[in-house]
Amino acid sequence: MTMHPLAWWVWALGLAVAATRTTNPAVIALILASVVLVVLARREDAPWARAFRGFLVLGGCIVAIRMLFYVVVGIKTAGAVLVDVPRVALPSWAVGVELFGPITLTGLLVALYGGLRLATLVVCFGAANALANPKRALRSLPPSLHQIGTAIVIAVSVTPQLATAAAGVRRAQRLRGHEPRGVRGLLSTAVPVLTDALSRSLALASSMDSRGYARPLTGRTDRRVSTLVVIALAAASMGTYGLLDGTSPRWLGVPVLAIGAAAAATASILAGRQVRRTRYRPDRWGSPELLVAGCGVVAAVLLVAATATDPAALDPSLSPLSWPQVPPVALLCAVVAAIPAARVFRRRAERGAT
Amino acid sequence: MIHFDHVTVTYPDAVRAALTDVTFRVPEGELCLVIGPTGAGKSTLLKAACGLVPHFTGGLLEGRVVVEGRDTRDHPPRDLADVVGVVVQDPASGFVTDTVEEELAYAMEQLGIAPSVMRTRVEEVLDLLGLATLRSRPLADLSGGEQQRVAIGSVLTSQPRILVLDEPTSALDPAAAEDVLAALTRLVHDLGMTVLLAEHRLERVVQYADRVISIAADGTTVDGAPAAVLADSVVAPPIVELARLAAWHPVPLSVRDARRRAAPLRELLVGSKANRHPSAAGDQVVRKSPVRAAAPPITVLAARGVHVRYGRTHAVRGIDLTLSSGQVVALMGRNGSGKSSLLWALQGSGPRAAGQVLIVGPPGAAAKADPASMRPRDARLRVALVPQNPQDLLYLDTVAAECAAADAQIGAEPGTTRTLLDRLTTGVPDPAHPRDLSEGQRLALVLAIQLAARPRVLLLDEPTRGLDYAAKRHLAAALARHAAAGAAVLLSSHDVEFVAESAGRVLVIADGELVADGGVRDILVASPTFAPQVAKILHPVDLLTVDDVRRALAATR
Repeated sequence: MTMHPLAWWVWALGLAVAATRTTNPAVIALILASVVLVVLARREDAPWARAFRGFLVLGGCIVAIRMLFYVVVGIKTAGAVLVDVPRVALPSWAVGVELFGPITLTGLLVALYGGLRLATLVVCFGAANALANPKRALRSLPPSLHQIGTAIVIAVSVTPQLATAAAGVRRAQRLRGHEPRGVRGLLSTAVPVLTDALSRSLALASSMDSRGYARPLTGRTDRRVSTLVVIALAAASMGTYGLLDGTSPRWLGVPVLAIGAAAAATASILAGRQVRRTRYRPDRWGSPELLVAGCGVVAAVLLVAATATDPAALDPSLSPLSWPQVPPVALLCAVVAAIPAARVFRRRAERGAT
Repeated sequence: MIHFDHVTVTYPDAVRAALTDVTFRVPEGELCLVIGPTGAGKSTLLKAACGLVPHFTGGLLEGRVVVEGRDTRDHPPRDLADVVGVVVQDPASGFVTDTVEEELAYAMEQLGIAPSVMRTRVEEVLDLLGLATLRSRPLADLSGGEQQRVAIGSVLTSQPRILVLDEPTSALDPAAAEDVLAALTRLVHDLGMTVLLAEHRLERVVQYADRVISIAADGTTVDGAPAAVLADSVVAPPIVELARLAAWHPVPLSVRDARRRAAPLRELLVGSKANRHPSAAGDQVVRKSPVRAAAPPITVLAARGVHVRYGRTHAVRGIDLTLSSGQVVALMGRNGSGKSSLLWALQGSGPRAAGQVLIVGPPGAAAKADPASMRPRDARLRVALVPQNPQDLLYLDTVAAECAAADAQIGAEPGTTRTLLDRLTTGVPDPAHPRDLSEGQRLALVLAIQLAARPRVLLLDEPTRGLDYAAKRHLAAALARHAAAGAAVLLSSHDVEFVAESAGRVLVIADGELVADGGVRDILVASPTFAPQVAKILHPVDLLTVDDVRRALAATR
């Protein structure tokens, strides 16, 4: 039995929140290091885990593109000029857009820090994806949402499948000396990949159908569910209107929305009771899960608290320029984030298997 | 249990009905085998039995199909899920979840079976199909045979009364196929399960069948006891062909029955063979290349110390191999033993961690070179590969366009590929879409495209999947012609009967290492799992195919 998938998602979400709190590259690098360490220590040998490398590459691309954008169209702030690229004069209809111009150290660093922060968010998402199979995570949905969950799962798995199929087709076409290039090359790869994807999804749908997916219940349907759903929808639209329209009475806002939410939850529970579906070996939530999720939450709380009390602490000064400092609280945050890497916190069965 | 009453199925825009006035009844606890040439409508019949025709595929179904008292007219497939389990042809395309254990539990979750029952059933099925060591493995990482066993397991867990299987052993090696069939017969015998099964490799299944439904090319069916139906069926396994040759009535279906009848035939053959035995190897060459190569054989491929690694898996471990012109060589071995990896490494575009592959060039540039160091269009003049999924090579919307593109790619005269295609198979229309062709026709098209470059080495990965006996004979003849023209052919296959018919030399690999290399008779006859039916029946006479027997009998007269 492996770790509950939601534990890893909470952990990754916590680190993502922590990363958004700071532009300090040293702090971000520490968080990034913790994430990579935990992934390397805890991932299994499975296709979804192998995709982590792709997320790291994507992060690198984000940083590079962010800096490229600064050089080409970014607004050039004052500061120490690194390279004096001449401005390109644009016609009058493009007023306000600058092409090139003097590249300053300050501007470049702003772009770098911003890019790093965005890249960290992507890597955190990739880490959750690598550690917890996304399909397993959706299994934790309430039973009334099971059918929608399965549909989402299949939609999610199409993209990686298309990538592998495209690689396979290109490899096969090289066998006949066909080296796809340009638009026609793209077409020659896309046609077999897409027709294949279409027939594959039809095969999957027929397999799911004949294995009882979306089987209607033998028995009566609960009238209360449809009534509650109508109430929830009406309350949601009225509540939103009340919330956005300043002149309407206050009870029409949040309280009505809350009633709608309650009705929806009750309907979901009632509908779930009707669905005769069971779960094979449901994921358990125990102390290892609590610890992993807790580490993410603590890391987020540490940095949120730090910025709330001293906003300047986690943003290095750019004018005048100074080396980024690592405040003790950030170091603590990174250490907490890396705790799940320790093998001690694996489930006993998992330890036995390795 | 399964009751077809005057069923006619017509797909939208189809010229003719896929099934015509089919009536039969399969009682409880029978294993019923559906046979017929490719494209005759075997899959349609199976899909009609589980409600997928017409609820899922569309089309018009006339007549009635009743399964365990439920008319498929009123019950879509999901309502039959608790009585019918379906295993589709390509198991990987039907997987819903990611790991073996979850896949086994999926159908039970849909049916709302109690968690404790699910646990025990999953464990039982894991043991029944030998999947216990794979339980938490990702499905995408399994070999073809393992995936097939998981697909069968995933329907067994919900304990349906009826199993419908479309070519369950086509991707399996002989031993794994026997395991699966043994499991199926145990279900039929012990639990009274009804099985409806379509298969091309009749030699594997016919002995277990209680009833055979034979579909003709026009969609009409004949059903009855296996021996009666097979006696004059178009598609027939070697054992039935031998029975026809030797005029045995009724037709024996198992090797055991046939051996009892074969004593006189064996004596006759031993007498005729006794004086020719020492020259068996020479006789081999004559049999395999009816058109003798004009030039003496030369080494066209020399590989030394080939290693292939994928991450932590070491798929091919130091294989040395030479192929001479005029040879058809078969590569055999268990599922996942490294056959495909070796073929791709020899071709040059697959990964190769270490080792050297040298292949002789086309006339005019005969120096040996490594295909991996060449541009694909130059490499294919030396070595061509027909992969496991041949349709991946096709990307245009008509057969004519594919042929024209193939001619242009090698700078051959227009029409070269089409001529080759017509020599391989007949009746492939120019405007047809490659996807609409039958498996055999599609393979012929890809083979024609690859042969147009006249490669010195032709590699084929599992070419016989989904082919009927006639298509296999065409393929074997085409390979023999290509070899006789001075090339070498290396094919990987699980199909012992096809290997016996087409190859002169056999390589066996296990765990990425070459464990045996020798003449087809030495290797196949010696092995209990790889021996073809004729060899088993006539042992100790070492003849492999019905054609061999026919020739030997002609020599006695």
